[in-house]
Amino acid sequence: MTAVGAPAERREGREKVTGTARYAAEQPLPGRLFARPVPAAIVRGRVTDVDDTAALALPGVVTVLTYRNAPRLAPADDATLSVLQDPEVPNRGWFVALVVADSPEAARAGAAAVRVTCAEEAHDVTLTAAHPRAYVPEKVSGTFPGLRELGDPDGAFADAAVRIDAGYRVPPLHNHPMEPHASTAHWDGERLTVHASSQGTTAVRAALSTMFGLSNERITVVAEHVGGGFGSKGTPRPDVVLAAMATWHTGRPVTVVFPRRMLPTSVGHRATTLHRLRLGADSDGRLTSLVHEVTTYSSRIKEFVEYAAIPSRIMYAAPNLRSLHRVVRLDVPTPSWMRAPGEAPGMYALESAMDELAGALGIDPVELRIRNEPDTEPDSGKPFSSRHLVECLREGARRFGWSARDPRPRTHPAGPLLFGTGVAAATYPVQARPSRAAARALPDGSFLVEVNAADIGTGARTVLAQIAADALEVPLERVGIRVGNSDLPPAPLAGDSAGTASWGWAVHEACTALAARLAERQGRLPEEGLEARADTKGTADAESPFARHAFGAHFAEVSVDTVTGEVRVRRLLGVYAAGRILNPRTARSQFVGGMTMGLGMALTEGSTLDTASGDFTESDLAAYHVPAHADVPDIEAHWIDEHDPHLNPVGGKGIGEIGIVGTPAAIGNAVHHATGVRFRELPLTPDRVLTGLLEAPQHPARADRPTG
Amino acid sequence: MDTFAYVRAGSLAEAAEAFAAHPGARYLGGGTNLVDLMKLGVERPTALVDVTRLPLAEVTELPDGSLRIGALVRNSDLAAHPLVRDRYPALSQAVLAGASGQLRNAATTGGNLLQRTRCPYFQDVSKPCNKREPGNGCAAREGVHRDHAVLGHSEHCIATHPSDLAVALAALDAEVELYGTAGVRRVAAAGFHRLPGEEPERDTVIEPGEIVTAVVLPAATAGLPSAYRKARDRASYAFALASVAVVLEVADGVVARVGIAFGALAHRPWRARRAEEALLGAAPTPAAFERAADLELSEARPLRDNAYKVPLARNLAVDVLTRLVPDGPVPHEEDS
Amino acid sequence: MGSEHGPRSAPHRSETTLRVNGKPHTLTVDHRRVLLDVLREDLDLTGAKKGCDHGQCGACTVLVDGRRVNSCLLLAVALDGSDVTTVEGLSGDGEDPHPLQRAFLDRDAFQCGYCTPGQICSALGALAEAESGHPSHVTDPGAPSGRPVALDRDEIRERLSGNLCRCGAYPRIVDAVQDVTGTGST
Repeated sequence: MTAVGAPAERREGREKVTGTARYAAEQPLPGRLFARPVPAAIVRGRVTDVDDTAALALPGVVTVLTYRNAPRLAPADDATLSVLQDPEVPNRGWFVALVVADSPEAARAGAAAVRVTCAEEAHDVTLTAAHPRAYVPEKVSGTFPGLRELGDPDGAFADAAVRIDAGYRVPPLHNHPMEPHASTAHWDGERLTVHASSQGTTAVRAALSTMFGLSNERITVVAEHVGGGFGSKGTPRPDVVLAAMATWHTGRPVTVVFPRRMLPTSVGHRATTLHRLRLGADSDGRLTSLVHEVTTYSSRIKEFVEYAAIPSRIMYAAPNLRSLHRVVRLDVPTPSWMRAPGEAPGMYALESAMDELAGALGIDPVELRIRNEPDTEPDSGKPFSSRHLVECLREGARRFGWSARDPRPRTHPAGPLLFGTGVAAATYPVQARPSRAAARALPDGSFLVEVNAADIGTGARTVLAQIAADALEVPLERVGIRVGNSDLPPAPLAGDSAGTASWGWAVHEACTALAARLAERQGRLPEEGLEARADTKGTADAESPFARHAFGAHFAEVSVDTVTGEVRVRRLLGVYAAGRILNPRTARSQFVGGMTMGLGMALTEGSTLDTASGDFTESDLAAYHVPAHADVPDIEAHWIDEHDPHLNPVGGKGIGEIGIVGTPAAIGNAVHHATGVRFRELPLTPDRVLTGLLEAPQHPARADRPTG
Repeated sequence: MDTFAYVRAGSLAEAAEAFAAHPGARYLGGGTNLVDLMKLGVERPTALVDVTRLPLAEVTELPDGSLRIGALVRNSDLAAHPLVRDRYPALSQAVLAGASGQLRNAATTGGNLLQRTRCPYFQDVSKPCNKREPGNGCAAREGVHRDHAVLGHSEHCIATHPSDLAVALAALDAEVELYGTAGVRRVAAAGFHRLPGEEPERDTVIEPGEIVTAVVLPAATAGLPSAYRKARDRASYAFALASVAVVLEVADGVVARVGIAFGALAHRPWRARRAEEALLGAAPTPAAFERAADLELSEARPLRDNAYKVPLARNLAVDVLTRLVPDGPVPHEEDS
Repeated sequence: MGSEHGPRSAPHRSETTLRVNGKPHTLTVDHRRVLLDVLREDLDLTGAKKGCDHGQCGACTVLVDGRRVNSCLLLAVALDGSDVTTVEGLSGDGEDPHPLQRAFLDRDAFQCGYCTPGQICSALGALAEAESGHPSHVTDPGAPSGRPVALDRDEIRERLSGNLCRCGAYPRIVDAVQDVTGTGST
């Protein structure tokens, strides 16, 4: 009997379906105030005057905080948190005031009444591949070199029998979790308590401690339920700082909820990536050269690089390989993590180019990928701890009915509709971070496990209890679990698909230690029970001799309406090799959820930086189209049994992100198969698709299509 | 949002009186767009005159065979009404192609006509917009305007009208009934909305204080084949990139009556009179439909990023016209 | 009222009575207050969620006089006398959740849970609409008017499209709704 691997029901499910689960803004504290930020209406410059007279005259407005009167804070590690500290405006939407009032309505009216005068400077928000200020960052994502080169990629490309040289573009994308960023802060005597919508409150507490000069012991950050994050709540966000400042200033509880329209400029986004892919292959389809060059932007105040060339260091056996990032610092809102940062746009480009190469060679795209399967990780030369991409491709092809496919494009019309199928591979790195956990045996035979994990919808509570139950060798029902509170043993964030591995490692160790102590002792437990603690520092983050990644294969079938250019996904199937699947019920939901976001990235989601205003034009949920019910067909997610002893004690690889990674390319490749037209810019909205259909020759050539 | 007075009107006369008594008042119907715009600071009424309790929620057959839709009939009830579905399918289809189930339950027939453009610059008070603030410029013209007008725009405004319902009304030769201090008047639905011209702030021909009391669907188009089709960025819950409503009667092998209106191409539903004239009396062939659509759209003046709307509208019109021909080509499978 | 009063001096609060989950509440509300904020801030019924505050996401969906609506766009003062049902009121006084809530649990039809109350209330409204013969965008235009519409998966998808879910639980939500309508397979 093991709890791990069982489809246990979500522990907080009942609260969520009955509406009793409380989120960060839903804290009915006596005397609570509501605060609303005022965004800058310039792109770059400085505030020269804030006139709050009219705002303060409104009934219900309590105070207006600006850089002049807001609490002075110590600098944050993350410059985007240093709000209301100086008059500088680094980007459109930067917060220049906070109106605190006794109702949300009064706060809204107050925010509209604040008059901000700015001195504006010239700005540049336009990314181009040839931007003169582009530079190659030394590191991306903290640890990876911005540029890696093996062999002679240019020479090998020039000599290749078959060449693909193609550019792709992924637009800015917004995380838009359904719960907007929100914090409720209040003083509990000498203690600051903040209910935050966060993927990790240990880090939120640390940021508040630094900025407000309070010791960790005087701060509690709670995130009992979190309405999604997808990376945008992975770091502390200004809502936390603003709420804490407002409660500091007023002495009363304060809730800050960011209006939906302010999220695009204030909580990170996925930056535009411009890709140039060059693939050289021999006539058998073996890659001789792979060059993946990415140009992206970051803001003036922080370097965040969408590390989209990284997956090209992992995927295929190309002896000559260059992966390069270029960054331009523009006057844009600071980009940040969004589900599968790097991998999602990077694999869209790489897997689209692989499909183009398959077409140019006349080789089945599944077979092409199998032919280029590496023995070791191409970039590092390390052996893979496990790699079952080929099995995923074959299993997916079997389930999808791939063998019956006629590879010729535009051969499946039905009236005005064109049908097509496509495939793409996916990968996501396996990571783990140090975590602590505590496990306590109680006299009544129950157990309580504590770890400051965050359940952002992944089912962390449930799966951690399963891990604990197995380590303790007790039934799942006897294990209680507490997460989402910074007073619990410190733990890393829910992010990088590493939450369960990191927390589960510590939970496993604490429970194993507790079980050993219980086995040694006789007689009844003391009233307070018996506790064991674990800290995985030094083990979870130890260097591995292995390259550790999850892999997957995505298959899509689409229809393209030649009347309108509307693309609909009819089938979407993913097969994953992600180590041990700890809870198939919640795991399937995460895979399907990732694929759904990938569908959005392929077809509906895209944002635009308006040159004049420096603002995102698609700023609300009416203009930024996340997929709706009607866009999403029945989605299949499967996995293969994979036992990898080189990961962590629970054997999982992390599943939160890989679902998005291959989906856009699979859909894009299916659209090419349907139409014979290669689209290289997302999303595939009717304007682009219809235009492409009209510009394409009626009977596109089978081979040697231009790919520039 | 500033504070405002609230008056619940018990009669049309009371509503008009309350409106006149509060300069800067607005009538409140379903509120789905008005409250939205008030939260954005785009609408700043001093008073709301709530007309939702007025007896204007009936669908009534009139003696002349026309159908009178009270202005307060909710969008969902309009689309579901058997007489609407059976006689004016384009209208039911248009309503169902818009918004969401929840919004259609709240939004009213009159309010739908009076909704404002979804131009992102109009909706953001921190950006220039001549429609919101006459004279302060149009940020969309050089900005992001993929969704904007290709027909009938002016140097002051390139916004489109977002309604689906209004497009069907325009094609079906409906009329809009207005009540005001000068009494009741009716205007053609196709002429109810304006082109922006020099006064982009005026969406419609409605006079201050006037209230939409009904729309009237004529007997002449009742029961004729009609349909609505819309292209959009996602499969549901999105505004149109382009749409078309068509009513088509074929008799003795030729087009005997035709009404074509495009949505999302202009500041108002675009009644395609030139195309209609070209088709009247002609054989209803795909080639004739294509020629007629091209003729109408030859007037189009696309902007930098919305030229796709011209072939999109053409394709939509030809597709719907072709499908409406009795015993014509078998309608293809819906893709949604 | 005479113009000498000036509109800005008019009262900006009014009394309104709402019956919420069967219980009457008489409140003096700021005219600007929408139903969603009455529920969340005045009545501490936080099941209805504020996802966008503009009718663009559906997280605030409740039933007013039996019809599903976006509570973020309804001014409370205009709802005087209305009957409101929120997710908290679905199971009545009983311990057992409503069958739709049970189906959402059984199907794991949610992740973060933030859109869930809106999805459930919307599904309830949609079931009633289909039963009363309301067509949808995907209903065959030739289907007879006024008769109940059978809810296949495409119908459910279309009718629930006003409820966005960023976690991507859509297929499971369709499963859950079909469990209740009895039109699905296992």
